[in-house]
Amino acid sequence: MNTGKRQKQRKVLLMGKSGAGKSSMRSIVFSNYVAKDVRRLGATIDVEHSNIKFMGNLMLNLWDCGGQDGFVENYLTHQRNHVFGSVAVLIFVFDIESREFQADVVSYSNIIRALEECSPGAKVFCLIHKMDLVQARLRVQLFEERAEYIRTASEGFRDAVEFFPTSIWDQSLYKAWTQIIYFLIPNASVIENLLQQLAEIIDARELILYERTTCLMVTHVTRGKESENPFTDRFERISSILKTHKQSMSKHTGIPAGSANFAEMQIKTGRFMFFITRLTENTNLAASIPPSEQIFNAARVNILLVRPKFAELDIASKPRPGIQQAFAHSAQSERDREAGSEEDRERVGRGKGKEAVGMGGGGGFEG
Amino acid sequence: MDSSHRRLSAQSQPSPYDDSYLEHGEASQAGPSRLQPGAQLTLMRYLQDLPDADIPVSDVPPRYHTGRLPNSKAGDGKPRLLLMGQRRSGKSSISSVVFHKLPPSETLYLETTTRIKKESMHSFMDFQVWDFPGHLDYFDPAFDVDNIFEEIGALIWVIDAQDEYLEAIMRLNTTILNLQHSYPNINVEVFVHKVDGLSEDYKGDTFRDIIQRVQDELSDHGYENAPVSFYQTSIYDHSIFEAFSKVIQKLIPQLPTLEALLNSLCSTCHIEKAYLFDIMSKIYIATDTSPTDIGSYEICSDYIDVVIDVSEIYGWDRPDDNDEKDDTSHSEIIEIGNNDAESLITMERKGNNYLYLREINKYLALICLMGDDSPAEKKAVIDYNVGVFQAALKQVFPRAERDVPLPEE
Ligand SMILES: Nc1nc2c(ncn2[C@@H]2O[C@H](COP(=O)(O)OP(=O)(O)OP(=O)(O)O)[C@@H](O)[C@H]2O)c(=O)[nH]1
Ligand SMILES: Nc1nc2c(ncn2[C@@H]2O[C@H](COP(=O)(O)OP(=O)(O)OP(=O)(O)O)[C@@H](O)[C@H]2O)c(=O)[nH]1
Ligand SMILES: [Mg+2]
Ligand SMILES: [Mg+2]
Repeated sequence: MNTGKRQKQRKVLLMGKSGAGKSSMRSIVFSNYVAKDVRRLGATIDVEHSNIKFMGNLMLNLWDCGGQDGFVENYLTHQRNHVFGSVAVLIFVFDIESREFQADVVSYSNIIRALEECSPGAKVFCLIHKMDLVQARLRVQLFEERAEYIRTASEGFRDAVEFFPTSIWDQSLYKAWTQIIYFLIPNASVIENLLQQLAEIIDARELILYERTTCLMVTHVTRGKESENPFTDRFERISSILKTHKQSMSKHTGIPAGSANFAEMQIKTGRFMFFITRLTENTNLAASIPPSEQIFNAARVNILLVRPKFAELDIASKPRPGIQQAFAHSAQSERDREAGSEEDRERVGRGKGKEAVGMGGGGGFEG
Repeated sequence: MDSSHRRLSAQSQPSPYDDSYLEHGEASQAGPSRLQPGAQLTLMRYLQDLPDADIPVSDVPPRYHTGRLPNSKAGDGKPRLLLMGQRRSGKSSISSVVFHKLPPSETLYLETTTRIKKESMHSFMDFQVWDFPGHLDYFDPAFDVDNIFEEIGALIWVIDAQDEYLEAIMRLNTTILNLQHSYPNINVEVFVHKVDGLSEDYKGDTFRDIIQRVQDELSDHGYENAPVSFYQTSIYDHSIFEAFSKVIQKLIPQLPTLEALLNSLCSTCHIEKAYLFDIMSKIYIATDTSPTDIGSYEICSDYIDVVIDVSEIYGWDRPDDNDEKDDTSHSEIIEIGNNDAESLITMERKGNNYLYLREINKYLALICLMGDDSPAEKKAVIDYNVGVFQAALKQVFPRAERDVPLPEE
């Protein structure tokens, strides 16, 4: 997917006019705010930086750029190269309620030109935000009109720019951000390969790998009939459910939301069994499996065993064999060997990593 | 649907009190709903009930679920919750959020109610919710007072705490005084509503002021100790569900038994707090008698959400799948009805089981907040005792069983 040069840090600009909701969404996705807390946020002064570590070697370097005219002017002039240089992704937030949509688009064009000049390879996502303020039946149409109009002002990014309707009040925020994250993950296919094998070994219907703090999905694999699951929005829904629950647990236990992680969650019903457990330092794995205690127990054990394999993806250390060695009974797949070696090449020269990290959290298990 | 509603006064012009103006509960009210047809399994039945909220056909007389009906004439046996109050005080919002899971922010688009909207809820007990238009004079002669109030379980009076409330109080008191003689046992439940917009101080002051005014005025009219309770509510947090829980608990005759059962479960299993939830509405119908705080209710209620949401996502009606070996044996298990959904959460910073959920029957789930001294290896003990609890509950609410109700003992 991302064939360009690999950077450990991926710079992401969050822009849009003041009050559009940039800091609100950042606080919700990355800092465990709940939607009704964002009213407390003040306008952002200049740029606020944050770093978020994801699965694999992805480190998000998020620039939340205050949108007041004076700041924007400054970004476009004095700080032009500093701000718009080596950008991987620009996320531009439009306020659907803005009275000056035309002016917003003009400002967007200016920014797009600066981006094209300094980081022509960047990817642009436009979020049409605060969609909750529009009546449900008008949403789709209004969104499409705006998106089309903005596309025409997108210069060289015209064909590649992607649009999402968002609101901090529902899962649409997670849908958009999941796509953005997926775009940024450098080794998604490697992770997917590993997951695919794991899914086959434990006979899972679906596996979802997500980052623990944001609850954003890194990737998923779906097997067999589960691909017919009618809830096609289930990934962002699960992010949103888990995020909400994390906040609830935090509030009740007094543990800060950042660390209110469960060691395990399990749900067993007559139709499916489901559990979530930690996979690596920064990620959890959610597994949906057939309703059988045997499969359930075997799956839990196998995931414990496979943790170190995934931990290596987090912190690259040395060439490593494929996942199969952890399982006596699994068959080697051709595809995986390729994936594995590609991965190894990437790691060469990265130096010795702290292998133990990401495996230390096994204490929460019982049985 | 509801044959008990009759119009006494013959009128040629349609009035708001006409049958023709009554809207019966519809699922369409639910907005972007979670209701998916065809899902039939443990923990999923909440999906089915809203569209056809009638009493299921059963030849067993409804002995246990009728609630306390102080003024009951031979009616349909469903206690009514009447939602009354000023225009825009939030009645329809409350009904939609609690019973149709409408996201609170979507209530901004609710239109004013022009006719009485009746919803039948059938759950562990049947009840109806009647959402009234705010502008009605509830004692207009055209209004069939007897018919409205005869089966009443509770009168919920909604007062917008962000607005002028003197008129609301005046109308409330008139209503209470009017009802005093014919229906002295009606529970009057006052929801001091929309408190989300108020500062802590102002909220407390408003609440006290409203209570004071209602009580003073009633006693000026010689009505002391009126059966009136007050709650602070908002659709933007759990308070509306908690208030409803308390209102409904008053209508459950078996409450003391349930509490005793929960108490003994808690002490045997070192459970900090146990709630018996109605899965669909997330109203809790009983808890053990240790002190309750809204925080414990919140965490359990949020937990039910997670379990229900995940169950909806992965409990979809999948086509027969021959690859999954135990699929056939499994559907049998569902039919014999002993495969209750269960869930467990352990926290990283707290090594022990933390939250435990077990589906008790078609309508109810038990949710336990585990104490620090309830170690993981006791799960078997908990399972066992919950089984005992479940069996005991079967006797208390035979109606709620999935399978055919027990024959008369
Ligand atoms: N209705 C609605 N309001 C939102 C949404 N997202 C943000 N807001 C509101 O928008 C206001 C401004 O949000 P901020 O996140 O501070 O705006 P910003 O884009 O960071 O502004 P600057 O820092 O000045 O550039 C806040 O008061 C939020 O309550 C949304 O999805 N829906
Ligand atoms: N802030 C806040 N607003 C609320 C709350 N509950 C309802 N509202 C708002 O109050 C307004 C009126 O709500 P409705 O439910 O239509 O009021 P109603 O009592 O049914 O009004 P009528 O049908 O005209 O009698 C809506 O805009 C709701 O969003 C609440 O708890 N807090
Ligand atoms: Mg900001
Ligand atoms: Mg109404």
